[in-house]
Amino acid sequence: MRWFWIDRFTEFVCGSHATAVKGVSLAEDHIHEHIVGYPIMPNSLVAEGMAQAGGLLVSEQYGFGELVVLGKLAKAKFHSCVRNGETLTYRVEVDSVRESGAAVTATAHVGERLHAEALLFFARLGEETDPLQGARLFRPRDLRHWLTLVGVFEVGVKADGSPMQESDYPLEEGVTG
Amino acid sequence: MPSEDEIFSKVQEALVDALGVDDDEVTPEATLQGDLDAESIDFLDIVFRLEKAFDIKIERGELFPEDILTDTAFVQDGKVNEAGIAKLKERMPFADLSKFESEPIVQNLGQQLTVKDMCNFVAYKLAA
Repeated sequence: MRWFWIDRFTEFVCGSHATAVKGVSLAEDHIHEHIVGYPIMPNSLVAEGMAQAGGLLVSEQYGFGELVVLGKLAKAKFHSCVRNGETLTYRVEVDSVRESGAAVTATAHVGERLHAEALLFFARLGEETDPLQGARLFRPRDLRHWLTLVGVFEVGVKADGSPMQESDYPLEEGVTG
Repeated sequence: MPSEDEIFSKVQEALVDALGVDDDEVTPEATLQGDLDAESIDFLDIVFRLEKAFDIKIERGELFPEDILTDTAFVQDGKVNEAGIAKLKERMPFADLSKFESEPIVQNLGQQLTVKDMCNFVAYKLAA
């Protein structure tokens, strides 16, 4: 299993909001292992999808150059079961961004059906962070590969509406140390 | 300017939502970390909620001046020195630091911050 819980962004507006989709397939092991004999998408992984979509949106605010981690999932609600063949659409909106972290409101829909809603808090562990508290999660080239796979630079726009450019971010090996 | 009761009521609501505690646990004397189990990420949550509730802007280090507590000019052997205490009083006029002064171990400051201190902080911000 690979820890990718969004398939693709369909919208990514820096500092504002993003939309990403995740197709749920019978080919995925986790759907069978959650409740044996009744394949459904585990809600913990729906939360992870919302966190990945929101985390990348927040990470962009820090130039994709620093470690941003999910600190807290507040007020998460799940309203239904997501089955194979359905597509989850995650919508994340930045509520507030600070030096120390950010708050993001997230929803997950299947078509028109609201499946989940949550308030997420991300902590920014910048350069001043003690290395013993944790290393970087990603090598820049791995992060770049992920951003490319999920289409951030295809659909992403800056706050002024101009397209995001990969070259605007320190995603080359060695640039961020 | 809202009354003391109004401030307490909104602070209480913010803490109930942010920390998942019951209304009656959020008393003025309750300490945020000791009694209400607030963790560091919760402070970000609390700050965002207070900003919305009172339409104020809270900068980093305003509620909890971590920069002083990590400055070697103010901290020696894990304890805040006299200059540090003076600096804390200047930065935290809303907090009752008398208990902290008697044993100024860095970790104690966060442990001793109460709901009442939080309400005083909001009143201080609203009056500014």
